Amino acid sequence: MGYPHPSHPKETPVLSKHFGDPEARTFDGWVKHGGYEALRKAVGMTREAIIEEVKASGLRGRGGAGFPTGLKWSFMPKEAVKPHYLVCNADESEPGTFKDREIMRWTPHALIEGCAIGAYAIGAERCYIYIRGEFTEPWRVMSNAVDEAVARGALGANVFGSGKRVEMILHRGAGAYICGEETAMMNSIEGKRGNPRIKPPFPAVAGLFGMPTTINNVETLAAVPHILNRGAEWYKGLCLGNPKSTGTKLVSVCGHVQRPGNYEVVMGTPVREILYDMCGGPLPGRTFKAVIPGGSSVPIMTIEEAEAALFDYEGIVAQGSMLGSAGMIVMDDTTDMVYQIWRLAKFYAHESCAQCTQCREGTAWTTRIFERILSGKGKQEDFQLLLELSENMTGKTICVLSDSCAAPVVSGIQKFRSEFEAYIAGAREPAMAAV
Amino acid sequence: MADDLVNVTIDGMQVAVPKGTPIIEAAKQAGILVPHYCYHPSLPSPAVCRMCLVEVEKAPKLMPACVTTVAEGQVVHVNSPGAQKAREGVLEFLLINHPLDCPICDQAGECELQNYVFQEGRAGTRYAEYAKRYSPVEDFGPDILYVPNRCILCTRCVRFMEDVADTPVLNVSERGDRAYIGISPDEQLDHAWSGNVVDLCPVGSLLSKDFLHKARAWDLDKTASVCPGCTQGCNISIDTRDDVVVRLRPRPNLEVNRHFICDYGRMNYRWMNRGDRIEAPLVRDGARHIATDWDTALARLDQIVRGASGSAVILASGRASTESLGLVRRLLDRFDVTAAVQVPLGEEAPLARVPNLALRRERAPNLAGAELLGYTPHWEAAMREVLGAAVVVVLDADLSELDEAALAAAPGMLVVLGTTFADGLRNAELVLPLTNMAEENGTYINRDLRIQRYQQAKSQPGMARPAWWVAGEVLAGPGPSPSAPSTAAEAFELLGERWPVFAGLTYRDLGYTGARLDRAEPARAAVAR
Amino acid sequence: MSGKTGHGTTSTEEYAPVFAGPPRARLEELFALYPTKQACLLPALWIVQEERGWISERAIGEVAEVLGLTPAYVKGVVTFYTMYHTHPVGRHFIQVCTTTPCNICGAEDVVKALLQETGCGELGATSPDGRFTVIEVECLGACGFATPILVDNDFVENVTPEKVPGILQRYQ
Repeated sequence: MGYPHPSHPKETPVLSKHFGDPEARTFDGWVKHGGYEALRKAVGMTREAIIEEVKASGLRGRGGAGFPTGLKWSFMPKEAVKPHYLVCNADESEPGTFKDREIMRWTPHALIEGCAIGAYAIGAERCYIYIRGEFTEPWRVMSNAVDEAVARGALGANVFGSGKRVEMILHRGAGAYICGEETAMMNSIEGKRGNPRIKPPFPAVAGLFGMPTTINNVETLAAVPHILNRGAEWYKGLCLGNPKSTGTKLVSVCGHVQRPGNYEVVMGTPVREILYDMCGGPLPGRTFKAVIPGGSSVPIMTIEEAEAALFDYEGIVAQGSMLGSAGMIVMDDTTDMVYQIWRLAKFYAHESCAQCTQCREGTAWTTRIFERILSGKGKQEDFQLLLELSENMTGKTICVLSDSCAAPVVSGIQKFRSEFEAYIAGAREPAMAAV
Repeated sequence: MADDLVNVTIDGMQVAVPKGTPIIEAAKQAGILVPHYCYHPSLPSPAVCRMCLVEVEKAPKLMPACVTTVAEGQVVHVNSPGAQKAREGVLEFLLINHPLDCPICDQAGECELQNYVFQEGRAGTRYAEYAKRYSPVEDFGPDILYVPNRCILCTRCVRFMEDVADTPVLNVSERGDRAYIGISPDEQLDHAWSGNVVDLCPVGSLLSKDFLHKARAWDLDKTASVCPGCTQGCNISIDTRDDVVVRLRPRPNLEVNRHFICDYGRMNYRWMNRGDRIEAPLVRDGARHIATDWDTALARLDQIVRGASGSAVILASGRASTESLGLVRRLLDRFDVTAAVQVPLGEEAPLARVPNLALRRERAPNLAGAELLGYTPHWEAAMREVLGAAVVVVLDADLSELDEAALAAAPGMLVVLGTTFADGLRNAELVLPLTNMAEENGTYINRDLRIQRYQQAKSQPGMARPAWWVAGEVLAGPGPSPSAPSTAAEAFELLGERWPVFAGLTYRDLGYTGARLDRAEPARAAVAR
Repeated sequence: MSGKTGHGTTSTEEYAPVFAGPPRARLEELFALYPTKQACLLPALWIVQEERGWISERAIGEVAEVLGLTPAYVKGVVTFYTMYHTHPVGRHFIQVCTTTPCNICGAEDVVKALLQETGCGELGATSPDGRFTVIEVECLGACGFATPILVDNDFVENVTPEKVPGILQRYQ
């Protein structure tokens, strides 16, 4: 539901059904809502059967890449010769995205249950949940919930008397966006700088502490108990026409809408319905101008493109962007696109881990060019320069942080060039002092 | 073996390389240098500089040649337009904050940033409107300065200290373009092998204080040599400027020292430049010594070794070449000889993660060679023999006052072959000027019985000659003789006549990285390259 | 080279170890949670910051020692993560999100209000009374509740310039 707003009729609350309900935070409350049934069921199943069920559901990673979850799990070695690890990515730090935070705040046991099932399915006895350092409240809630789950036998050496062991350890981040990248996260847990690693080796072969590891997003894992409870067919049926994108998806909507919040929709829901029906449309007297549909790392859409799009992996791609983490940043006609793209570039320059040359220097340089344009000293050549730098920053580095910096720059110039031109021509007052 | 070879085509050149070889190494086999910064064959590869991106057919994007391994039938383009454009992009990014202070940078002339930019960088800058990042120079340790402005964050230095020296005192601090190489205030870069970070640094960011502003790289003459510091036998280059040794650097030899040398060895060169040298043969005339020519001096030496009998003692420097040790020993074959080699001792300092590489306790580069030639390291025992010896030959040994006093009291004939002439040896009948190892060709045999050549790096002072030449001339008899060796190579070949372990072995067999003497079958002098 | 202090500036001062008593016990518990001591680094640094308010060079040395690492290694990690303070900060540490989603909803005005009301004057500075330090941070992950701020460990949502004085009241 559109927490903090009441559920909208066009939503399909599954994960978000109990957002805002303090009772759901407790073990007993969660059990009352049908919680931990799936885990009880899972520990009686074979690992393969669980993976098959998740594969059949069509569940895809909700962190941004959209990789099929069951397939990812199946990459883990069949026999656990070495320790296996599950890592839950709760580092939610993609600008525009705030769904995992609500899952942890309101339904911590849903995540714990999903993690426990996932851990068992991949042959891991230990799961690390990496929670970003700024999430102080979700940390407290999760911490209490894990203690409760251990006390009630849902976690530990003997999960619900099944003889299966699942330990859950919360690991606190300390302020680094890049730790949301899975290999950087593994380094961070290992006590290192959060530098992304080169692949291969892939995590399923040599991940955390060099052991076979699977990393899943919070929302992905939280969906797993529902799939086991209600069946893959039910989940697959949550789809408006495109069988490649199934289930419900939490959309975090922020920016210039009447009711920002998290909305849970069936894959394939028209973006229009999200923007106008659920979020209540633009603020009084304003009109929408642009939407960044999948967290700040994806290309910016014009409002026309956004309104034409269906909300699923393929639907957003068809309109020139990506679903990403489904953090929708909505901008209306008051937005200075040049200024806001500068702010995004600054974000990436701040968060670059410093390993790859193109990212370390390119994000900072891009930021400075924007600052020059915004201070009224832009030049026509800056368009070509920005596009060439972006080209040099795309597809050439270990991870995609520098690509993410380039995406809004390139799409911004393509789609909102006149706003750049206004600064360059002096038709618009400089937005910042000369640098 | 053929099963383990993989066929790849790199810029049209076909090569077969072992499975698992990274493309960058396969390209070297094909004679193609893939420009790179962070990659180094003796360090783990982080693939961070992104300079070595190459086009691999069928791959969706450019691949880093340092960590992408070869695959059968792979077709690689190092110089395709896409790869070149990517490199040009990296170079442009690396230069935006680079101070371009090449005129005052020690690395100029041997700088990989300078070279690659010259080769394929952009002609001009597009970063003209901004101030460059500036940070002051930092003192990292006894011999190392860090110039952050020039740093390209390739992290070779960090990885060397962490992964090779196992002493992570360097780090990458901060993030993004604020990042720099850091050191803790309570730590120093004073590890016994830390000087290697200066060589590893592809730009002028890590500098040796010892070499600071001593020379421009293009004014240096580089000579392949072997470190005279200890029994490890690290391969080095002796760099001279105007005939003065200004630095020693490691020369790669995967069997001995990979790409490294220790700081002791690196700094152990000042004696090569000593000015207080003997420059002419000296013969004793009562209480004084008179300079003479070589013919006179050699005749006198001949007289001494033929005119006496009984026992003889040789006191040799551990830095003497195999050739000199051998021929001087042969010169005294008529005597009952006690030959000793001087072995200064120090602390062992291993390089943690490289097997069988350490600064050794025994600071004598040719100890193994001397032992093969019948010299013993029992110095004191040999000193006790001098009293009864008819002839004592000092072969450039560094004598203590006690040793000198013992020699002054010895009744036999004292012959000094040396680079310098100690006051305590005024009773020497003959003092012959020798070249030091930087001034001659020769070989050393390291502790693993690897025999390695070193070459003359600077000219000899005055009339100084190698000891093998002196002994060879006397052995061949008076006057011009075809049997007298005129080169170190010829002197080396003479050794086989007397010591079968060297029989049949020539300088050509040794090459520039040496060969192991097979201990088990010395007569055949089998060579394992 | 921001964040670097002079060499050896703290080495002669008295230093009471962090990891004694209860913090030591917490550290020992950590050892059971990870297969390597190195992996305890982030949580150990959190303990230091909770105990001391910031992470000094001496504390870096202590952490290195208890975990079998070198101070340089630990420092490389500390400076990677922006939530670790390498300098003392005010009694209350305020982090304001100004990334795009909050920026378009007026986050910069919230920053201005905070700087003015706290008396900090500029970002990163501590107010003259030692009460506050305000910094701008990147996305706090609460974009739908613009503008979120983090005061110490308290997450405050939907902050507007008007609400700033009332919020600050709660932190003396």
